[in-house]
Amino acid sequence: MEENLIKTCLHDRHVKQGALMSPFGGFDMPIQYTTIIEEHNAVRHNVGVFDVSHMGEVRVKGKDAYKFVSYIFVNDVTGAPDGQIFYGMMCHENGGTVDDLLVYKVNDEEYFLVINAANIAKDYAWIEQNAKGFDVEVKNESDYYGEVAVQGPEAEEVLMRILGLPLDEIAFYNFKTFHIEGEDVIISRTGYTGEDGFEVYGSHDFTRRLWDKLMEAGVTPCGLGCRDTLRFEVGLPLYGDELADDITPLEASLSMFVKLDKPTDFIGREALAKQKAEGVTRRIIGIELEGKAIPRHGYPVEADGKEIGYVTTGYNSISTGKSVAMAMVEKPYAKLGTPVAVRIRKKTFPGTVVKKRFYDKNYKK
Amino acid sequence: MSKVLDNLRYADSHEWVLVEGDIATVGITDYAQHALGNIVYVDMPEIGDEVVAGEEFGAVESVKAASDLISPVSGEVVEINEALEDAPELINEDAFANWIMKVKLSDAAEADALLDAAAYAKLCEE
Repeated sequence: MEENLIKTCLHDRHVKQGALMSPFGGFDMPIQYTTIIEEHNAVRHNVGVFDVSHMGEVRVKGKDAYKFVSYIFVNDVTGAPDGQIFYGMMCHENGGTVDDLLVYKVNDEEYFLVINAANIAKDYAWIEQNAKGFDVEVKNESDYYGEVAVQGPEAEEVLMRILGLPLDEIAFYNFKTFHIEGEDVIISRTGYTGEDGFEVYGSHDFTRRLWDKLMEAGVTPCGLGCRDTLRFEVGLPLYGDELADDITPLEASLSMFVKLDKPTDFIGREALAKQKAEGVTRRIIGIELEGKAIPRHGYPVEADGKEIGYVTTGYNSISTGKSVAMAMVEKPYAKLGTPVAVRIRKKTFPGTVVKKRFYDKNYKK
Repeated sequence: MSKVLDNLRYADSHEWVLVEGDIATVGITDYAQHALGNIVYVDMPEIGDEVVAGEEFGAVESVKAASDLISPVSGEVVEINEALEDAPELINEDAFANWIMKVKLSDAAEADALLDAAAYAKLCEE
């Protein structure tokens, strides 16, 4: 059962704190410490902390760093100030998604890429392979870094107090590198919950000390269970559900991050430009169901008496109490207000196509 | 430790049964509610449905997952616990007080084959 799962630097803490552990992306990760609902609400209303040390980090350094990152990344980092962060995807030549990631611009000759745990090996191989001909050094630093995400309306206050740093100077989707306790620690105002908060990247030892201080300060430890319910409610995609090797960012309704007109060419551009011109044949949308039955990943979506798609993620929203889903449906059924139904076990539950943001984000700045 | 009540019978799929005459009251055990976590939806059968021992009769859903409910007995559903429609979390509060369905047994002897409290407690420890 254990099949060589990787333990993060905080694994012993999770076990000692009684977390329910489960495999995720090759790691043995905490799903919940108490209940998903309690932890979810802690992040929405106060502050919670996640161990996200399973995330991968890749550093791209060298004279061609800007050119290379522009080539493998669909978003446009051109002209960005140092310290800015971009969300976007790496795509295959055919437009399918290799991974979604954050790109931290250290400077024109250095970028820090944060990728999904389950994709570390795949991404690193793909990045290296495409680096041929570019004057860059690509380094997988995933084994060095521990990472915690401190999320919620009280995140800034608590983390500033614990670290004694001017984190209020960091704007949304920006980062700073601080020299703390003899090492460089990266702190960004980012997250995956729809709330204000920070992600902190440091050595394993630093990460353990920070975790312990956060616990002493009464910050709620949160597992991946509520990380998923939180990101889902604000319509953020999860690779494996809304994105995959055979799903393009346009199909995932993430076209705002695909800069087809940027000054440099990038892998997948031609296929994505063609798909945009011709229009997608399927697309991810939101569905709100009548009743409380819960649409789960893979459940069929029906309309006009036939199957027109499938649920990618679904929950009974903890923040709103409604049963909602993100689903991949055929284009003619993607319009807001379209009546659709989801098959849940033996019954079919009626619903409506809605915006896939089921709960409003509360980003601070 | 999960609670096990002495006066009930149990299925190894973690449902409990209370037999009174030819009526069986069915719910899920404290062990099951604990393993599931926050229960947010109970998919109940309809009154008049025929349920069959060993076969699925509905589902109980936590935030994270759906689990089939397996009927420990056979017969006709004569009552469902409507309180669970609006407050499925009652099962988390007390799994034994908050039953799911009542079945008019087609074979009263069927329940005798189920586990007693001691045997079920042992199963939960394994």
